[in-house]
Amino acid sequence: MSGYGIEDLVYILPIVFLLVWALVLVLVEAFTKRPDVTMLLAAFGLLAAVTLSVIQFGTEATAFKEMLTVDGYAVFVYMLVLASGLLSLGLAYDYNRRMGWARGEYYILMLFSIAGAMLMASAANLIVVFLALELLSIPLYVMAAFVPNDASSEEAGLKYFLLGAFAGGFVLYGVALIYGATGATNLMDVVAAALGTNSPVMLLTGAALILVGLGFKVALVPFHMWTPDVYQGAPTPVTAYMAVVAKAGGFAALFRVFIAAFPSVSADLTPVIATLVVLTLVVGNVAALAQKNIKRMLAYSSISHAGFLMMAFVTYGSALYADAVTSLLFYLLAFTVTSFGSWAVVIALEKAEGKGLDFEDYAGLGKKYPMLSAAMLVFLLSFAGVPPTLGFAGKFFLFRTVLEAGYAWLAIVGVIMSLVSAFYYLRVVRFMYFEQGDPEVRSEPVLNLVTAITVVGTIFLFLFSGPLLAWASEAVLALI
Amino acid sequence: MDANLIVFIILAVVAVGSALGMLLNKNAVYSALFLILNFATVAVLYIILGAPFIAMTQVTVYAGAIMVLFLFVIMLLGAEELAGATKIDWQKPAAVVLGVLLLAELIVVIFFRETVFAEFAELTDFGSPAQIGRVLFNEYLLPFEITAFLLLAAMIGAIVIARRVRQSPSKRES
Amino acid sequence: MNETTGMILEWVIKGAVVAVICLIGFAYTTYYERRFLARIQVRIGPNRAGPWGLLQPVADGIKLIFKEELVPDKAYKFAFMLAPVLTMAPAIIVMGVVPWGTQANFFGRTIELGISNNLNVGILYILSVTSIAVYGIVLAGWASNNKYAMLGGLRSTAQMISYELALGLSFLPPIMLAGSLSLGDIVKGQQDFLWYFIPLLPTSIVFFIAVLAEVNRSPFDMPEAEQELVAGYHTEYSGMKFALFFMGEYVKMFSMSAVFSTLFLGGFAGPFVEQVPWLGPVYLLIKIIICLGLMIWIRGTLPRFRYDRLMKFGWKILLPIALINVVLTALMISIFGL
Repeated sequence: MSGYGIEDLVYILPIVFLLVWALVLVLVEAFTKRPDVTMLLAAFGLLAAVTLSVIQFGTEATAFKEMLTVDGYAVFVYMLVLASGLLSLGLAYDYNRRMGWARGEYYILMLFSIAGAMLMASAANLIVVFLALELLSIPLYVMAAFVPNDASSEEAGLKYFLLGAFAGGFVLYGVALIYGATGATNLMDVVAAALGTNSPVMLLTGAALILVGLGFKVALVPFHMWTPDVYQGAPTPVTAYMAVVAKAGGFAALFRVFIAAFPSVSADLTPVIATLVVLTLVVGNVAALAQKNIKRMLAYSSISHAGFLMMAFVTYGSALYADAVTSLLFYLLAFTVTSFGSWAVVIALEKAEGKGLDFEDYAGLGKKYPMLSAAMLVFLLSFAGVPPTLGFAGKFFLFRTVLEAGYAWLAIVGVIMSLVSAFYYLRVVRFMYFEQGDPEVRSEPVLNLVTAITVVGTIFLFLFSGPLLAWASEAVLALI
Repeated sequence: MDANLIVFIILAVVAVGSALGMLLNKNAVYSALFLILNFATVAVLYIILGAPFIAMTQVTVYAGAIMVLFLFVIMLLGAEELAGATKIDWQKPAAVVLGVLLLAELIVVIFFRETVFAEFAELTDFGSPAQIGRVLFNEYLLPFEITAFLLLAAMIGAIVIARRVRQSPSKRES
Repeated sequence: MNETTGMILEWVIKGAVVAVICLIGFAYTTYYERRFLARIQVRIGPNRAGPWGLLQPVADGIKLIFKEELVPDKAYKFAFMLAPVLTMAPAIIVMGVVPWGTQANFFGRTIELGISNNLNVGILYILSVTSIAVYGIVLAGWASNNKYAMLGGLRSTAQMISYELALGLSFLPPIMLAGSLSLGDIVKGQQDFLWYFIPLLPTSIVFFIAVLAEVNRSPFDMPEAEQELVAGYHTEYSGMKFALFFMGEYVKMFSMSAVFSTLFLGGFAGPFVEQVPWLGPVYLLIKIIICLGLMIWIRGTLPRFRYDRLMKFGWKILLPIALINVVLTALMISIFGL
């Protein structure tokens, strides 16, 4: 009668497993109260979910009455998000112990939020998009406010919560308007109904509201106001985590929704998107120039990267969007690896009570810790898009797609802004190598491991960017 | 006049009145009480629309559970008669302008609209609990389950933030 | 007289009758309680006003009406007046969905015994009305502008919210067995099957305990804990307003007993009720009296909970048990195919 079968669960097995595993961990944490055990189990769960996703590769299916789509695109994002989860577990492990507030709930909440991001990548129904967005966000609010008795962390949590809830309202309003215009929330039905409507004003408004709501999540200008404060106030591993996973989930959902459901309004929306891209690039990069705190600098830098990611979006509606999504996924991968690496270095230098986060604290790093500063150098170069790093490949593919789509001026803006960004990234390099200072870094094995992995990833994956791109494009094919 | 219309007009007056009362009252507790009255009135409107389930849920969840928490917080903080936070000068004119705009929009939508809304199939028995249960657990099973996880995550989060056990150094994770 | 006016008139009369039954029920519950408690404590109890002291409630009422009404100077006047009414009203309107019987013949007109027997959201109605009932108490505590009253009010709010969960979950098993949210259907389900307290014994116990907490009865009479809080939320109240709180509590006992009887003890069902519909109200009344007796008995025997234990009991014991009950009932239904 119900029309559901076991295969519905099997298709989304990585998500189901992760959620069930999170439930198990709730019980484990409640009865053992051993954060390290919970952390290990969470890592195990993530690894298992990665394995399940690998098995999933090549599946093309819809589950739960077409509310979820499992395709290459979704699985690519699954892997990316799960890998981010593992990396940020690595970042959090030593950090939380060093700062003295290790609690197992942290890892459980993270699992929930990863499952939310995965659902966003798969969501083929606007209701599911909204719920997955909330499942992604609510644990993040808590994680941002996780440091006990710390005003800046609490401020970050509250700010993020209020603005995030506000943004969630936008998404919901958009969904409601689209439902009003088309009588459907399923993306395929929305497309079908949208073809028949003669006045797409409501549909357009709904789509725009969803764009605004998700734009908040991925920190596009002018919806970015919360980003610097939240990124600075939140515990650094959380910042690293949300910089990547919230973006990945947000962009994954944004692309699927807009490409699958609103091709009919693309002509109206593309100029808006292009404006957003330019605004984001300019504001993000220029504001980053003025920063002295490394967390704030990286926050603005992540805003500017959101602009680059969004750049792929201007091609939407044209025949080229398959390439665009491919380069988006690739850029996301590059951003993930580089971002986690740079945050790992930041965490290595961070001290209690928000000390050790200014540029001055990096003075002399090159002399005292050559390995660590070399790693930071690689990440910053990758952020700026200098070869031979993954960031270069990401930008290269992205600009190529944008050029092919006929947005030469946008590509030029992008290149100029990359140059601007090189300026503030290299300022950190200057502090590391050309200033005198005596930084102190505690060597922590897991953190070092994360740094090593991401450094190797940043350079090594660059060499294999051809096959990676092929993989990403294979992932995208299904979307069309 | 139709009996339904009479009831509707009475309810509408009460709803608008209580909303105004909520806005204009200086005392936060009275504001909350007006809001409760407003919720209850809206619930009765739902009943008129043939959605008793929504009506009862509205009363239980909003007028009951959520507003009790509001009152609780107001009373525990002793915030019922604060002098008022920093006033924002442009707030009132902006609110008036936006309110007028909304009203104009509603008038346009109600009186001058061409069909913008999609056609919806008329459901028989559509607000009854059995029907809602059927829809919820068949068509919308997945959103329902996601909501369950969402609420669990929110609950864990609330407890984490509220219960900050100060651990002694020896009891910290070794 | 056309049909609509007749129907409205019928509802008005039925509503008035139920309200009056509640009020008389209140009056004689106090008498019942005092006599019963006296028995438990080997005393005699009120026996002077009227035969066997039967007029005692009337005497009490007259006394309370003529007492001076005090409103504290610093109180929030309007809320202070409103609070007793808000406590009293939900207690009576809960009775709106309790069926007193099936159809009966009344001076040539077929009427339904009960106001809204087959409301398809009957249980939700009860839940929403009980959730509103908190306001009277919390408002009384706040409006009195008195620390003891405030503490009493907050305590009882916390208590009522906490126990509402177990109460709400205990509504589920009877709903599941009957397959309906309407109390009329639930009674019918019991007529066809068994009185639900037999298959659902644990649930009915949890329900009863939650009801005790919900109406602030001993051993959960925390809001009024005399030794700690003078008299809790109604410390500042006197005269008729105090009487309203008092009435609120007893009417709530009465109406929750009616709900309990309907859900678990077959409601108006009993022998020959099919043939003689007027037996329905009688049976229901008997069951209510039994439930009330149980409550009084518990009051006479058990000491009060400590406040933290009360919360712990509600959240860590009663709520999980209620949840398990739901699961067990679901299992029972699917195994025995009820």
